[in-house]
Amino acid sequence: MKDVLFTIINNEKIAKNTYETVLEGDTEGIRAGAFVNLKLDGFFLRRPISVCEVEGDRLTLIYKVVGKGTEKMAQMGEGEKIWTLTGLGNGYDLTKSGDKPLLVGGGAGVPPMYELCKQLIREGKHPSVILGFGSQDEIFYEDKFKSLGADTYVTTVDGSYGTRGFVTDAFDKIDYTYVYTCGPEPMLKAVYNKSATSGQFSFEERMGCGFGACMGCSCKTKYGNKRICKDGPVLEKEEIIW
Amino acid sequence: MVSLKTELCGIELDNPLIPASGTFGFGYEFAEIYDINCLGSFSFKGTTKDARFGNPTPRIAECENAMINSVGLQNPGVENVIKNELPKLRNCFHKPVMANVSGFSVEEYVYTVEKLDKEDCIGWFEVNVSCPNVHGGGMSFGTSPEAASEVTRACRAVTKKPLIIKLSPNVTDIVSIAKACEESGADGISLINTLLGMKIDLKTKKPVIANKMGGFSGPAIKPVAIRMVYQVYEAVKIPIVGGGGIASAEDVIEMMLAGASAVEIGAQNLVDPYACPKIIAELPRVMEKYGIKNLKDIIGGAH
Repeated sequence: MKDVLFTIINNEKIAKNTYETVLEGDTEGIRAGAFVNLKLDGFFLRRPISVCEVEGDRLTLIYKVVGKGTEKMAQMGEGEKIWTLTGLGNGYDLTKSGDKPLLVGGGAGVPPMYELCKQLIREGKHPSVILGFGSQDEIFYEDKFKSLGADTYVTTVDGSYGTRGFVTDAFDKIDYTYVYTCGPEPMLKAVYNKSATSGQFSFEERMGCGFGACMGCSCKTKYGNKRICKDGPVLEKEEIIW
Repeated sequence: MVSLKTELCGIELDNPLIPASGTFGFGYEFAEIYDINCLGSFSFKGTTKDARFGNPTPRIAECENAMINSVGLQNPGVENVIKNELPKLRNCFHKPVMANVSGFSVEEYVYTVEKLDKEDCIGWFEVNVSCPNVHGGGMSFGTSPEAASEVTRACRAVTKKPLIIKLSPNVTDIVSIAKACEESGADGISLINTLLGMKIDLKTKKPVIANKMGGFSGPAIKPVAIRMVYQVYEAVKIPIVGGGGIASAEDVIEMMLAGASAVEIGAQNLVDPYACPKIIAELPRVMEKYGIKNLKDIIGGAH
């Protein structure tokens, strides 16, 4: 963990209520499936945001505006600086993927799939990706996943684009060796029940510190109590209690 | 040259900074990012007789310049603390540590203090009397002078180490409770614990915290903490560990002027994990600015 001063080099709206912020700074130690914790002026607690992409000294974050903190982030401009704790969370373990991993992201759970997908392809794997959204105006990054070379499927709950329904409605078309997923808890549970293989599930919880000190985000697992921020956010399918 | 040294119940501290219990674990998470031996001491995670998972989540809510937590004393229980946590703590911290102890009956406090008393690394006990007494209708021990003094007396009987009682601010008369603890054999008073607070989410129209209420802490509570430390300092002779919203070197000085011999840093550690070493580095400059040579000399200086 370290506290790094990042500079915003781009901040733009990429879909309904959804923003992409590109930051420049020391990105050492930032892993796929991990998160960073941002100190915004005027807010007491930091904002934990999952890592979308790391490329050289550039860190890309994608977030939905859900409250005052993310509202403030969306208004920040080029050149503004943010103190950011990096190196937080365990991240995804890429060694278990097999040749054809399936990456399933729902809404604000899509971004962490991007860095993961990039790294898996770099390692010669053949990932498929399911991106779930509520409606067509919420979709982002479909083209970017396709450009990486991943078989990409999009589902929308209202059927305005791609397969109508939930991410699990796209599963049957795909042959896969392992599952990586991130999204709202009901989606994670549906993926847990639908998936035929083992996998890794990334969870969300309100956090105090983000680095394991306050026990604010504890959960019970089959392997004992874990902190979502430090022992997670990624849990193995086998340890989840559902 | 200025001196940051102070003293707490006969033990010298290199500086007054003590990360507060519940914001610093057993020290080793922070030892990954800085040498925690720069601290005066720290108060380790509140330990109970039995292991506790604590409360359901969400346990955390943000407020203006403050936060609410309702962790519910999650800890592995005193046996596991001794077996698994203290060896790791000893590896990274080589000064006397403060053992924060909680209980839901007098017997539980006594059991935990007795077990921990044999551990050489422990310099002081900090007994948290904010927990509900299951035999007393759920009222917190810290809300009546009688219950607080009963816990103090019982713990006093099983340890010779300095015994500091950490008081709850959610009371009508903090002074009478502090005096009761002093009369019952306490060596020091620590205050304040968190204030009881609540936050309601306008979207769900329900409390944010699963347990509805939680402990309110952060810079917003500092004036309440300063006031209570000031009041207690006038009423007792034993030293005070002051805390509540402390986030800067200026705050540390203000708290010592109110009457604190040592100062706890709580919520600020969660927001800035480097908060304590930054404050320690900043203190000499701020002391010089206000003409202070020895921090020890300003304790209670506002009276």
